Amino acid sequence: MTPLVQIMDVYKNYGPVRALNGVSLDVFKGEVVCIIGPSGSGKSTMLRCINNLEKISRGLIKVDGEIIGYKLVDGMLHELSDKLASRQRSKIGMVFQQFNLFPHKTVIENLIEGPTHVKGTKQQKARDTAAKLLNQVGLNEKAHSYPNQLSGGQQQRVAIARALAMEPELMLFDEPTSALDPELVGEVLQVMRGLANSGHTMIVVTHEIGFAREVADRIVFMDDGMIVEEGIAKELLADPKHTRTQNFLTAVRA
Amino acid sequence: MSSIVKQSSDDAFKDKYHYPIATKFRYGRYLAAAIILFIAILIVHAFVVGKIDWGVVREYLFARSILTGIVNTVVLTIISMFLGISFGLIAALMRGSSNLVVRNTALFYIFFFRSVPVLLQLLIWYNLALIFPTIAIPGLFSIPMTEVATPFVAAVLAFGISQGAYTSEVIRSGLLSVDRGQAEAAKSLGMTKGQTLRRIIIPQAMRVIVPPVGNETIGMVKYTSLASIIQYREIIYSAQTIYFANAQVIELLFVCAFWYLVVVSILSFGQMHIERYYNRSSRDTAKGETKK
Repeated sequence: MTPLVQIMDVYKNYGPVRALNGVSLDVFKGEVVCIIGPSGSGKSTMLRCINNLEKISRGLIKVDGEIIGYKLVDGMLHELSDKLASRQRSKIGMVFQQFNLFPHKTVIENLIEGPTHVKGTKQQKARDTAAKLLNQVGLNEKAHSYPNQLSGGQQQRVAIARALAMEPELMLFDEPTSALDPELVGEVLQVMRGLANSGHTMIVVTHEIGFAREVADRIVFMDDGMIVEEGIAKELLADPKHTRTQNFLTAVRA
Repeated sequence: MSSIVKQSSDDAFKDKYHYPIATKFRYGRYLAAAIILFIAILIVHAFVVGKIDWGVVREYLFARSILTGIVNTVVLTIISMFLGISFGLIAALMRGSSNLVVRNTALFYIFFFRSVPVLLQLLIWYNLALIFPTIAIPGLFSIPMTEVATPFVAAVLAFGISQGAYTSEVIRSGLLSVDRGQAEAAKSLGMTKGQTLRRIIIPQAMRVIVPPVGNETIGMVKYTSLASIIQYREIIYSAQTIYFANAQVIELLFVCAFWYLVVVSILSFGQMHIERYYNRSSRDTAKGETKK
């Protein structure tokens, strides 16, 4: 079985700074992979490269067999047109640390924006799907509120529903609970737990070690733009092989 | 009786500490009102006893050439602003381009047309026939420049193009005011650059763009009076034509002032409603819907 996501020796430079330094990782369909590591270790950069929000400097990323952002012609990579790159992104859902809901649109309008304008779904059908998703994240009574009338936890749940509305084959989460007040973290993790259990493929950059232990199939520990260690979630957390992993886990548990 | 927390339901406690609060007398407010009222009376009195023939003002208020003049003023304003906003949007997008040539072209446009006075541009466009007697694409058409560069066309070009140079800065700051995360969220849903701009960025930028552009539109109503210098029949040109004949100068200028007030009032009202529309999402919170 070919993996859904194949990250193959990827480098990413910001000028002289190396954010990613030869990263390789496979994620299979239905798998939940959590990426942990200190800040500045390249976790978010890697996630943003997967849906081409950042261009990689070297290497190859494939999702569902398709090269992300490029087309291979006669042994050369050619950048995809805006239209084709957009089509690739539409199959990958992303949830941001800062939610990034559209503040000028109501909750339901946020949810149908992608389906109606990118996939060409009919208004009514998109609304029906959106209503189901809002129900799933427990916010059906907020359909006609504006984002700034919601708490952070509610906004993030709407953001998850908005990404799901595109029926993506892969969901990326970029520190989805880091901007939340502590008492609101639980409701967002609850929704994510539900997604994991219903078989979604998820890559989650997170600091919630407890969530990672409980929900992740695999955990990847990154530092200095490299994958230091990866393994079955419970094994890696219980018995980290690498000193850097041990130090990090000690620090976050303290 | 050793409770530490005092209950305000305790009546004895209430009686002891609840004093009425006296209204403060604000002398300054009355003084300011009195001074302003006095000055206002002086001004009104001056105009009433001054040598103004209010009958003439009334007579010309709805005179045909005055009404044509104000209509021409409004038409010139609308078309110039339309051109200005279009050019402004294009220049703002060009400035944000990653293409060096495109970016610098926009910078030069803004530099050039902010530097040359509008009055000078009016005269140049109007007198273009002096250096280019005809406009032609060989084999297709050829027209004399004097037929193309009418006062109206010259005025629209001068006002529209120089307005665009100013408006581009307003639009650019509006576009920059929208958080980067918005474009990323739109991209991650699979929206193209054009869709992201049209559906996500511009509607949010409008909150920042509308107030200054409204201001500039109101300014434009008045700048169009400059076009009288190239014989465009806007309201001041019409008024001048009349008072050169009948010498009722101040009366006709008052007629102009009246119509400017009317037009600007209507525009301000319109601007208020447009602003309210683009603020709708934040206004609803102000109404006090609670977070839960």
